[in-house]
Amino acid sequence: MNQPSFSSRRILRPVRPWFVALTLACALLLNLMPLGRTPLLPDWVALVLCFWCVREPLRVGMGAAFVLGLIMDVGYGSLMGQHALAYVLLAYAAGTLSRRILWFGPLRQSAHVLPMLIGTQCVMLAIRLATDAEFPGFMFFAGSVVATLLWHPISFILLLPQYRPENKDDNRPI
Amino acid sequence: MVSPVAGHSPPPFFRRGPAPLVRLIVLVSAALTLIVVDHRLHYLELVRQGLSVVATPLQVAAGMPVKGVRSAGEYFADITRLQRENVELRREQTALGTIRLRQEQLDMENTRLRALLDMRERRQVAAQVAEVIYAVRDPFSRRVVVDKGMTQGIEPGSPVVDDIGVIGQVTRVYPLNAEVTLISDKDQALPVQIARTGVRAVMFGAGNGSLELRYLPTDVDVREGDRIVTSGLDGVFAPGLPVARVKGVEHDGSGGFVRILCEPIAGVEAHSTVLIMTPGKPVDPAAIAPAPPAKEAGK
Repeated sequence: MNQPSFSSRRILRPVRPWFVALTLACALLLNLMPLGRTPLLPDWVALVLCFWCVREPLRVGMGAAFVLGLIMDVGYGSLMGQHALAYVLLAYAAGTLSRRILWFGPLRQSAHVLPMLIGTQCVMLAIRLATDAEFPGFMFFAGSVVATLLWHPISFILLLPQYRPENKDDNRPI
Repeated sequence: MVSPVAGHSPPPFFRRGPAPLVRLIVLVSAALTLIVVDHRLHYLELVRQGLSVVATPLQVAAGMPVKGVRSAGEYFADITRLQRENVELRREQTALGTIRLRQEQLDMENTRLRALLDMRERRQVAAQVAEVIYAVRDPFSRRVVVDKGMTQGIEPGSPVVDDIGVIGQVTRVYPLNAEVTLISDKDQALPVQIARTGVRAVMFGAGNGSLELRYLPTDVDVREGDRIVTSGLDGVFAPGLPVARVKGVEHDGSGGFVRILCEPIAGVEAHSTVLIMTPGKPVDPAAIAPAPPAKEAGK
């Protein structure tokens, strides 16, 4: 199944706002899950937020990113505003690049997503190093690579409620 | 397209709020303000407490499946391991029982001697047992969250120990749980002394789970394997708690200080049950030193 993009012929149903909120809440839950300090775990909130900012730039934007970032800061007990700043910048980049990214297929979309996620982590790294925290090692960035690999499956799952059945109707070509 | 007349542009068809760039600048400056205020001024603890009302239920919900899987694993743990553990615990309890019997006697003797020397009673340290719920996922620091909080009377600054030695200090208290910064965290400093020589120093986290003794001159008498205990100079940690063992001493001669790497004695990064002590008041020198002779006092 090819992914719906501007260049594909699939037409999606409009997104339901509660579904967007639900997926963002689920991403928060996944992030707050106490799984220890494994660097391979992706930042689910950044991934899902990036997805909705690309897909629905008029519904999900920097305001939502800021609020989610603040909740993450409290949940992680990190410096207040660290995640908020990084997510706001991510949302801005994703929203601005949305028109461009949606012309590409899944692989090239991932190629756009990787620098954005790495950039988000770099913002956090810069903030924490400027405030005298320890450098966590380069495995810190592994989470973003895993998240990029998950971009295609995640976008398939998050778009599932918007797919319409493919029934061929000879009278209506679209 | 209609050209704007003298600064009047036509009203937009769709209301979309401020332009993205404006929103970006506003939110980024808000986030930067938060960072500076939190890092420099520490005014945001109240905001954090407020937002934790939102975050804590999420955390509890997120912790449930993990806890379920873990308890299921424990349920199916093989019986031989449990039996072995039981035997070990019994043996340990017997050993501790004899120590306790001796300690009662020593305590009595100590009170008598202190009364004889006219010294003040040493403060009894109250402590609470707590479970470590999880390690904080923030990769830039080393902290854990325990299941006792404000409602159980935990105070920020309380020392946290396990059955072998010091593991950290409570840095943030939420209504139902508390955050413990481990001694291996880069920002965590601990006043210590070398048990063999009595040299006092400050212990910092070295970043990769080990510890470092800083600001000691190159001619200091320290050897590999030396035990390091708390000095109690901060008045928060009781003196004499085991902290670390010296792992290596490097004289690089460049900075004028010797580089002493240590490894923690307690299971700092791997533990489940800890003891949170209530911090004492700053140590009063008069409480340690014997009282002046009666002749002096009589003058």
